[in-house]
Amino acid sequence: MTDALLEIDRLTKHFPITEGIVFKKEVATVKALDGVSLEVRRGETLGVVGESGCGKSTLARLITNLLTPTSGSVRFDGQDVATLAGQELLAFRRQVTMIFQDPYASLNPRKRVGFIVAEPLIVHDVGTETERKRRVQELLEVVGLNAEHYNRFPHEFSGGQRQRIGIARALAAGPRLIVCDEPVSALDVSVQAQILNLLSDLQAEFGLTYVFIAHDLSVVRHISDRVAVMYLGKLVELADAKALYAGPRHPYTGALLSAVPIANPRLGRQRRKLVLTGDVPNPIDPPSACRFHPRCPRTQGMCSIDDPELRAMGQDSVHEAACHFPLERWPMTPDEMRAPEGLPPLAGAGDELTPPELEVSR
Amino acid sequence: MTGSTNGVSRTEQPGAVPLLEVRDLRTYFKTDDGIVRAVDGVSFSVEAGQTLGVVGESGSGKSVTMMSILGLNPKAGRLAPKDGSGAPEQMVGFLEESKKHISISTGAALFRGENLLEASSSRLRSLRGKEVSMIFQDPMTSLNPVLTVGDQLIEAVTLHRDISSRKARQVAIAGLEEVGIPRAGRRVDDYPHQFSGGMRQRVMIAMALINEPALLIADEPTTALDVTTQAQILDLISDLQKERGTAVVLITHDLGVVAETADDIVVMYAARVVEQAPVLELFEHPMHPYTWGLLGSLPRVDVTLDRLMQIGGQPPSLLRPPRGCRFRPRCAYAFDRCRTELPPATAQSYDPGHLDACLLDERFKLGESARVTHELGLTPEAA
Repeated sequence: MTDALLEIDRLTKHFPITEGIVFKKEVATVKALDGVSLEVRRGETLGVVGESGCGKSTLARLITNLLTPTSGSVRFDGQDVATLAGQELLAFRRQVTMIFQDPYASLNPRKRVGFIVAEPLIVHDVGTETERKRRVQELLEVVGLNAEHYNRFPHEFSGGQRQRIGIARALAAGPRLIVCDEPVSALDVSVQAQILNLLSDLQAEFGLTYVFIAHDLSVVRHISDRVAVMYLGKLVELADAKALYAGPRHPYTGALLSAVPIANPRLGRQRRKLVLTGDVPNPIDPPSACRFHPRCPRTQGMCSIDDPELRAMGQDSVHEAACHFPLERWPMTPDEMRAPEGLPPLAGAGDELTPPELEVSR
Repeated sequence: MTGSTNGVSRTEQPGAVPLLEVRDLRTYFKTDDGIVRAVDGVSFSVEAGQTLGVVGESGSGKSVTMMSILGLNPKAGRLAPKDGSGAPEQMVGFLEESKKHISISTGAALFRGENLLEASSSRLRSLRGKEVSMIFQDPMTSLNPVLTVGDQLIEAVTLHRDISSRKARQVAIAGLEEVGIPRAGRRVDDYPHQFSGGMRQRVMIAMALINEPALLIADEPTTALDVTTQAQILDLISDLQKERGTAVVLITHDLGVVAETADDIVVMYAARVVEQAPVLELFEHPMHPYTWGLLGSLPRVDVTLDRLMQIGGQPPSLLRPPRGCRFRPRCAYAFDRCRTELPPATAQSYDPGHLDACLLDERFKLGESARVTHELGLTPEAA
């Protein structure tokens, strides 16, 4: 038995764009996910971070078997999830559940909380009706609601409480892996902290494994053991959370980190930012070879010819990046930053860089 | 608090009239469920050329405050002198008698000494977009999808200036160039959907700044954007601000954004200001328990925290706010006086520029503040 609960191998998902009504002609494809390989270990939290359109939600839907891959595979506990059917598929759905982003859209407004949380139990035919009711009331208390909330409707709850209902539902069938797709991004800071703490407590209590998808780098750092950074359908960096935030190796990760506003005025204003120019390119027609090269401050000739593979950085085998010219230092020095041809110079380039010590000792 | 430390500067000219001064602003709405006290006694001021960050969670009244100042609330009614001086009870009485769903605002919003709450709607129209302009969160819904961005920019120019449409077009192109839109001469004839989210927000900024306003109100300008685009937009706003000396009110829920951009910060909770201070002071010596909770709730990109310091419960309903201090039901430090007394914003004995609305003893708060900032790595030594 391996250490990995989930093995993702060269996973690719292309969505066709068609023209015509009767005779649909495929005119292009959106390359939402392109050859992503990674493992999720038992009991860990793997954070997946990236900007809109990087393929993180597509990844979530492929892991949970809501989409079928174009090529490549997702193996859960050794089994290829795309081949599951019947009883096996049902068993898989008990073990892998999901928490969604929008606590307003993800709960049926016409059903009572008791039914919403019990539905997975009904689907999987667990227990008698009385047992189910007791289990649901137990679950509501586990997630910090009251057993009396059983007969209420979702609209009677605030955003944070609804997210707790969503979590109770995800826990109901006794899952081993929960895929959390932006579970806190719709919540206010104080409520977000409650939900993040709850997710950590539940993980410790039930030995859960999380794939935690978010665009907020601070949230991902807080919750994750390891972090995967995605850009335009590719995995660009994978490392232990601490190592990744202390010394990113991929220039895109570096740019992301330096773009996050720091809630500490001294630190935040001291540091020189590496501000990327331009926008994320269109995934229908992504740049050749390394997809980051048109915006990369370290791009060189071969970046537009040869697509870099994810490889171990130095001796540190737990830190991988897909880059021909990974960062040697963090923060970067001015001469390491240069604008790609034809673009204005990067903000910060040429200036004295004041190093932000990203790890503050407490 | 004068002088500058580490690039965080704050100028204080005693006796000078602030660009915008808001005094005891209240805005109540009549709804089906009752009267919502969306803004309930808010005061602050903005100096010329400075950035004021207004932080708070959803429903804390940050946006309604700004909408009230600009006279943009839907169905705004007016309190006639016979209705009283505008005390909260009189406002409630007035709204209860009204048969329609209306809103009223009382207090004062002095822009260069002129009370905008009393200004006529034509005066407000000539002011908005010229002397005070606003950027909203969602750049898609705030641009008209059936007009080219050029048409919309030209409209903003010709509305306030007496120039030919040919000249206005040139102004529009120059405006787009200034916010970093490549090939502005051609993009000016494009429609909003042909721009990406970040580019649309640039167009909004160009439109807001095209008449060189003295005050720019930016309501969550980067919330809908990705982090690298957010960094671009914040840089752009602060560059243009420096160039032109525009004052900015930046409304946001993100403490990181205000930490990096604001000179002063106002923290709002349940329709009131709970704390107000220069940026360094607020982060290094926060004095209100809600501010502590907010700072401690924030996952950090620069510090590893084992567990977030969460605030229990949720913000109160503004239909029936709790008696006494509005934060009391969620406050770990509450004592009996907090149940009955609504704490006024009071200056610290050691710093008149730092206000907080909490009844706890100042010495006690300083002690707790030191503990919290130490735990969060916010003390000057940590940086």
